[in-house]
Amino acid sequence: MKIDKNTINKIARLSRIKLDDKESEDYIKDLNSILDWVEQLNEVNTENVEPLSNISSSILPKREDVSNDTNSSEEILENAPDKLEGFFAVPKVVE
Amino acid sequence: MSKSSLKQTLKDLDTKKISIRELNQDYLKRIKENENLNVFIHFSEENVLKQIDNLEKDNSAKKLKGIPIAIKDLFCTKSMPTTAASKILENFNPTYESFVTQKLLDEGSIFVGKTNLDEFAMGSATNTSFFGNTINPLSKENEPLAPGGSSGGSAAAVAADLCLGATGTDTGGSIRQPASFCGVVGIKPTYGLCSRWGIAAFASSLDQAGIFSHNVEDASILLQSIAGFDQRDSTSAKVDIPNYFENLDDDLNGKTVGIPREYSIDATPMEISQIWEDAIKVLEKKGVKIKNISLPHTKYALPTYYIIAPAEASSNLARYDGVKYGYRSDEIDSLDEMYENTRAQGFGREVKRRILIGTYVLSAGYYDAYYLKAQKVRKLIADDFNKAFKECDFIVTPTAPSAAFPLNEKQNDPIKMYLNDVFTVPASLAGLPGISIPFGKDKNNLPLGIQILGKHFDEQQVFNAAVSLERSYE
Repeated sequence: MKIDKNTINKIARLSRIKLDDKESEDYIKDLNSILDWVEQLNEVNTENVEPLSNISSSILPKREDVSNDTNSSEEILENAPDKLEGFFAVPKVVE
Repeated sequence: MSKSSLKQTLKDLDTKKISIRELNQDYLKRIKENENLNVFIHFSEENVLKQIDNLEKDNSAKKLKGIPIAIKDLFCTKSMPTTAASKILENFNPTYESFVTQKLLDEGSIFVGKTNLDEFAMGSATNTSFFGNTINPLSKENEPLAPGGSSGGSAAAVAADLCLGATGTDTGGSIRQPASFCGVVGIKPTYGLCSRWGIAAFASSLDQAGIFSHNVEDASILLQSIAGFDQRDSTSAKVDIPNYFENLDDDLNGKTVGIPREYSIDATPMEISQIWEDAIKVLEKKGVKIKNISLPHTKYALPTYYIIAPAEASSNLARYDGVKYGYRSDEIDSLDEMYENTRAQGFGREVKRRILIGTYVLSAGYYDAYYLKAQKVRKLIADDFNKAFKECDFIVTPTAPSAAFPLNEKQNDPIKMYLNDVFTVPASLAGLPGISIPFGKDKNNLPLGIQILGKHFDEQQVFNAAVSLERSYE
């Protein structure tokens, strides 16, 4: 078993997702079965194979170095769950 | 009433046989009659009427003027909220328009609503949406069927004739599989053909926008409208977009079709093997040379995909933190508490599962064994196709291993659900264009789909083969 209680807690913490005990158990089961299933990739010989991270054949074109600054902070803040004087507001971080 | 095509409707509008208002009122009526299908996350009659008013005042000629289009609720739209079918984006009003929807607006189309999908496009049945299941319009009474997914709302919208076309996105089959389930045409173009700007990201190296329509001709018209280079998407391709519709040619004489033997899998029902054979026979009659090809790494495509896609998703979905937009939990004693509770309450089960898997395969000590390994196998899968396309002009396979299944049937076993994408995922990993067209029925009279794959940026060949098969079937 690759994923145990400690591992799932560690991943959940890294993902910033709180899990209750029932959920942890479910995800331990799910993740182990998925990881067992993807294990079959080890059958494939990938020696000297370059990893493929971008399938696009196009070359990133350059653009003119001009700013297109549109000040839309007010519009953007409309979606914020909490805001204060033109900023996003979050719970206090420093005592 | 028989479904009118986009091509015919454009003619009828042009010759004033019908007005933009009459046309759209017809669609509005059907949308209201079909509310039980739960096709739309957002629909506002008032909004549609306002668009009609504006177009009536507009005297300029536009290619899609007045055409009712449904938009998958993964595309940011300024005129309507955008949720990605997630609680975490509840009440999110984008401050900008996606590239694809802007192109459609520029052409004068009318957005009838935002369609339902699997949460953040993660699913194959449109059953992970925060806003409930969409029901396949082909369901019989008391036997609701899944429309496929993730773009199930868009596929259902076309199938129920609630629009003349719809946008979708396809990461591992999310356009082609629901098209097959709902008996409509769905095309996922080459990775990079349509800009991803303004589409809520799932797996960026795979996500691609595309089109649902009633037939291949309509798909060729609509795809041309949404394709094109955009500097805001660093993987957007600077290629010439041909006039797919004008160039449609159903004469396939002298072409070669590749039939990959690895797509004959044990689990495939007889009826699907049968329609595959039927399609090959039709092509043979048209003078197409049949070539058996081998894509040896096909069986590794699904596990490769289910490492790469969750890995990218875990990174992309890190932005949903309850700070800038969307849902924020009430339990926020500290900043970390706020993040953890917001994400625990805001994401659904499948999304969390994929974020956790993705975080694990990217975490220290496991990156090489899982993520890097998957990227290497992805290279081998892409190379398989490159080799195969030296011997053939296009490839024909079934779209999905089954017809539409009952709602929720496969929900509890993630791997069983993932197997829905067995025929669509390989081309996604290789970035190739693929279309699904309705071809034949199963014993319950449900539609089945044939998938046609082409070379990078050879959408024209894909459309030509599709229109040829479609015309022979009608």
